[in-house]
Amino acid sequence: MDMLINKKTVFTKTAFLFFILVLLGFRPDYGDSIVAGSIGEPRTLIPILASDSASGAICGLIYNGLVKYDKDLKLVSDLAENWEVSEDGLEITFYLRKNVRWHDGELFTARDVEFTYKSLIDPDVPTPYSGDFKMVKQFEVMDDYTARVIYREPFSPGLSSWGMNIMPRHLLEGEDLINTKFSRDPIGTGAYKFKLWKTGERVELVSNHDYFEGRPYINRYIYRIIPDQATLFLELRAEGVDYISLTPLQASRQTTNRFFNENFQKFNFPSFGYTYMGYNLKDPRFQDIKVRQAINYAVDKQEIIRGVLLGLGRISTGPFIPESWAYNKDVKPLEYDPDKARLLLQEAGWKDKDGDGILEKDGMKFSFTIITNQGNEQRKMTIEIMQRRLKQVGIDVKIKIIEWSAFVSEFINKRRFDAVLLGWGLGQDPDMYDIWHSSKTKEGEFNFVSYSNSEIDKLLLDGRETFDQKERAGIYHRIHEILYEEQPYLFLYVPDSLPIIHRRFKGIEVGAIGIGHDFIKWHVPRDEQRYTR
Amino acid sequence: MLKYVFRRLIGLIPFLLGITIITFAVIHLAPGKPTDMETQFNPKVSMEARERMMTLYGLDKPLHIQYADWLGRLLRLDFGISFVDSRPVITKILERIPVTLGINLASIILILLIGIPIGVSSAVREGSFYDRSMTVFVFVGFAIPTFWLSLILMDLVGVRWGILPVSGIKSLEFEKFGFFEKILDIARHLVLPVFVSAFGGLAGISRYMRSNMTNVLRQDYIRTARAKGLREKDVIYKHGFKNALLPVVTILGLSVPGLIGGSVIFESIFSIPGMGRLFYESVMTRDYPVIMGVLVIGASLTLLGNLLADISYAAVDPRIKYE
Repeated sequence: MDMLINKKTVFTKTAFLFFILVLLGFRPDYGDSIVAGSIGEPRTLIPILASDSASGAICGLIYNGLVKYDKDLKLVSDLAENWEVSEDGLEITFYLRKNVRWHDGELFTARDVEFTYKSLIDPDVPTPYSGDFKMVKQFEVMDDYTARVIYREPFSPGLSSWGMNIMPRHLLEGEDLINTKFSRDPIGTGAYKFKLWKTGERVELVSNHDYFEGRPYINRYIYRIIPDQATLFLELRAEGVDYISLTPLQASRQTTNRFFNENFQKFNFPSFGYTYMGYNLKDPRFQDIKVRQAINYAVDKQEIIRGVLLGLGRISTGPFIPESWAYNKDVKPLEYDPDKARLLLQEAGWKDKDGDGILEKDGMKFSFTIITNQGNEQRKMTIEIMQRRLKQVGIDVKIKIIEWSAFVSEFINKRRFDAVLLGWGLGQDPDMYDIWHSSKTKEGEFNFVSYSNSEIDKLLLDGRETFDQKERAGIYHRIHEILYEEQPYLFLYVPDSLPIIHRRFKGIEVGAIGIGHDFIKWHVPRDEQRYTR
Repeated sequence: MLKYVFRRLIGLIPFLLGITIITFAVIHLAPGKPTDMETQFNPKVSMEARERMMTLYGLDKPLHIQYADWLGRLLRLDFGISFVDSRPVITKILERIPVTLGINLASIILILLIGIPIGVSSAVREGSFYDRSMTVFVFVGFAIPTFWLSLILMDLVGVRWGILPVSGIKSLEFEKFGFFEKILDIARHLVLPVFVSAFGGLAGISRYMRSNMTNVLRQDYIRTARAKGLREKDVIYKHGFKNALLPVVTILGLSVPGLIGGSVIFESIFSIPGMGRLFYESVMTRDYPVIMGVLVIGASLTLLGNLLADISYAAVDPRIKYE
């Protein structure tokens, strides 16, 4: 009872104090630096060439796109103040912000957007992002602050593709993008300005006082490169870095002591990706939907999440971000049920005739190999757990682990596998034509499980042609349903993102998109600031 | 002598050529392509975009043409451009060399300063408790896995006691430091890495020194020196030590290529941007120009180091003459 009253008074006092502060016109303090630690080094700071996550993270602070996703995964304005999509879905008109300046003082105009677009479709520029922009028929600059994009056919993922970071024309026109100093000394419009890059050590950014959304509170952003996971953790412990991503083990066991509780704040939310086992659907054994469904019953996903992610994840039922509008919440994961699995296998003609515990059909034992790439412990452990469960229903599983580059070129691209354990990262737009459409099965394309379903093919096209979010949601909900029913993949889990950030940083808000969407609002009270020199 | 050196230098050229042909072939035959890393499993990357990259990098040409192109550039001392970040290979290598060289030099000096006295004193007291405990000590250093020792020391000195930085080679505020602060800062960062790498290397030099010294001490001229009535100190340091040191000079010659070769594990753990990490990263990303650049420099240094060792034999040992 005492406790309760105490809490209540504390709450009242805090509320009162807050009220006073608001009256005084409370404003967070400027200053301090944030040191983000990561094992990867960025490759280039030219956004259209940057495909690794390190480069992406830094480019995201230096540049802006025309649009961006807000915390609830909704497209909102960035460099484009607003936009219009024509009735037929063929034209998008962007109305750009005025008076936005590049870090060198030049004005940002529609010419910069045009330049970025032209670079993206230039055959001499090795950009991995040209795909979405190839759908554009024509790009027109109406005036300095209006640009119109005309598509060959309605293409709704196109809108979010304009989240691509815009590059300055006045600095890059005529430059060879593959070989320019700009890649290590970039100029953008973003909240932070590039300061220095010491190879193998760190990249440093300073806040842009004239940023169009207001000056960021934190003065410096330092990206430290520490290639060893154990060292990264020791640096965190020594407070040499402020912000890293934890492994499940670190999050659930190693950061639960008093030191971490007092000095750090931990977050967890579903990451934008999922792990799955893909079947080679050219394999007659896996062409039988009953077999795939049986395996879905036989594998205990919750057990995998407990064992591999230490509980820090959730069961995946389909290829969408769990918190996004495209995700069908009515698709419920099947309960683990080995008896049902055995029954389904029996219906499919698999019986254990010789009594050795392994099923047979037409004289062939049910034995297959799951391959995955080297260097990912979680995937290896996942297969080991599955191996045991599948053995219990009479399926023998072998494991093969192969170095990434060979894995892709020799096994995936050449379809030399029974089943493969992999993960997909997910973009915010739910379009996944390239992964599921039956035309995308050539060597090097992404429907490597050879899935083919005419309804899915049609829905994927519909999804691309529909702009209305509600209508699109309906389409993707149906896709989600079919994929879970048909099981071309055994959807396993969505791991959590596990960032940890020093406690002195305030104002961090978690949204469906995670953290960092409001980075310019993060701040440190003056008396807690550490880097003041 | 000069003629000999010249002849040997000419002889190195076919050697070097052979090495480059073999490495070039092996690297290109290894499965995987440089474009894999950027584009694999990114559904936004079309097949066409990947082929375009292959053409831009010249990877669609037959292998022998690629090699001829590469060799032609090399003869003009052009190591090419990295596939990963489009920077000149030579820049990438040169920016890594000072750190690796500095740490390796510091640790070699430390090894010599500690290892030689350990070797000499052990030889003098051969078989004693001191000798045996030194043997154990240097072999412990040799046997302990680098990563384990590094992590333990980082945790102890960096985290628990907080007296040295955990990793890296400079503080975040380095640019704002004064001259002496900068030197002190780098020195503080290098204490642990240099200590760890020196500890591992003690065994080699000290054991080598010990066995040379025990051999020398059994020689007739040592007996003669003692018979002359020289003080034991003079016998050991003037007559014994000088002679026992000769072969060590050769070892130093052979360690020249090692000076710019870094260890991946070691550099990753201390997050030191050195040659080891550069090489490892370039192999993992199939960055052919960088891999070839590092290998060519490494191979040249190894061959030169060998030559240097041969020459130093002649220089320090009057019994050996090259014609």
